[in-house]
Amino acid sequence: MCLAIPGRIVEFLPAASHLAVVEVGKVRRKVNIDLLREDGLAIDDWVLIHVGFAMSKIGVAEAEEQMRLLAMLGEDKQAMEELEGYRFG
Amino acid sequence: MKFVDEFRDPKLIRQAAQEIRRLANPDRHYRLMEVCGGHTHAIYRFALQDVLPPNIELVHGPGCPVCVLPMGRVDDGLSLARDHGVILAAFGDMMRVPGRTGSPLEHKARGADIRMVYSPLDALKLARENPDREVVFFAIGFETTAPSTALTLRAARQLGVRNFSVFCNHVTIIPAIRAILDSPDMRVEAFIGPGHVSTVIGCRAYEFICRDYGKPLVTSGFEPLDVLQSIVMILRQLEEGCARVENQYARVVPWEGNLPALRAMAEVFELRPFFEWRGLGFISQSALRIRDDYADWDAERRFSMPGVRVTDPKAAQCGEVLKGVLKPHQCKLFGRECTPEHPIGALMVSSEGACAAYYNYAMRKSDAVAV
Ligand code: SF4
Repeated sequence: MCLAIPGRIVEFLPAASHLAVVEVGKVRRKVNIDLLREDGLAIDDWVLIHVGFAMSKIGVAEAEEQMRLLAMLGEDKQAMEELEGYRFG
Repeated sequence: MKFVDEFRDPKLIRQAAQEIRRLANPDRHYRLMEVCGGHTHAIYRFALQDVLPPNIELVHGPGCPVCVLPMGRVDDGLSLARDHGVILAAFGDMMRVPGRTGSPLEHKARGADIRMVYSPLDALKLARENPDREVVFFAIGFETTAPSTALTLRAARQLGVRNFSVFCNHVTIIPAIRAILDSPDMRVEAFIGPGHVSTVIGCRAYEFICRDYGKPLVTSGFEPLDVLQSIVMILRQLEEGCARVENQYARVVPWEGNLPALRAMAEVFELRPFFEWRGLGFISQSALRIRDDYADWDAERRFSMPGVRVTDPKAAQCGEVLKGVLKPHQCKLFGRECTPEHPIGALMVSSEGACAAYYNYAMRKSDAVAV
């Protein structure tokens, strides 16, 4: 639950849905982007995802680093499980 | 020592370790507290203590949300599923946390309708899919997680979902740090500040630690190099005799935090006058409850719960470990009655919990950083 998962924004859904589609590895899932509304998100931006919400905008280097860290901590599988487990979108 | 070759730039790690040894005054003993459970996990996983000179001691802080939840709150949550027949939705981390009459997982096996979810929005979806049932989300977490619960409650109100409510157990990190600073048996020279909590609350919130208590705090990333660099930054401050907030994790943590997240929290939650933390006792204004505007979605107002206080099993020393007074292996139950397979305390359940981290890595073989 304390995981922060890096994902790349590939599609914005209508504003009323508060959602965007992110891609992590080969998996695509919808996440809520309300917390980053003021950050001027764009397609191909990277974000850190926590319990279904994009929490912070990060650079591509940080995204790679976060992926590697999850793997080093043995939490990469858990992170993908979490992402694939989101049912709300 | 085994060397993990996926580490970025081992040379930098070596340099940081050397710098730490140069800066550490051999006549002093340094106790540095990592506030966040994510750091505890990384520190054990990479055996960072082994890289440090013996007079630098890392003390594990209260930043694991399932670990600080008193058993009575677990029992209260479970009573919703058992006595009120609700669908109780909880994060996976909660499923194995022991209550007095067993964990959520055990209650589920006995027939209670408890579902694991990965997001509070999944719990809201369950409510919309089951309009004839009451769905309660068992909310836990620090400021990293609280904004997502707030936005979920906002969505529930906007959508008019009436069969959804939240059992709110969100806690705030600042009062816990203050309680540790005020605790007479606690000696900490400086803090390795939380990474992801700080993305929400920013760095300014920690300034009182430096101003009023004269202790440095450095918010830190989670890689071995991050933690070592943060320790270098702390030791430099201690050497200069100053105390300020510094941001080692600026690539992710904005100094001002996340304003929409803070606004969402302020709209939906208010501070409780006091809240009980496992190990730290009652701390005033240290937890969030749901505001009157959202009373219809507050499980504590919609359902009667026993609200009893449950003391931990006598021999369990979770409290002392949470405060950093004891190391996990010093608990009498560690590795005997209490293991990750049969946990007695929550610290043995969560990967962020000091006991589980110690059991999984220190007891076996961690991937130590070569220096
Ligand atoms: S070993 Fe078990 S009982 Fe002892 S402090 Fe850790 S979690 Fe608590």
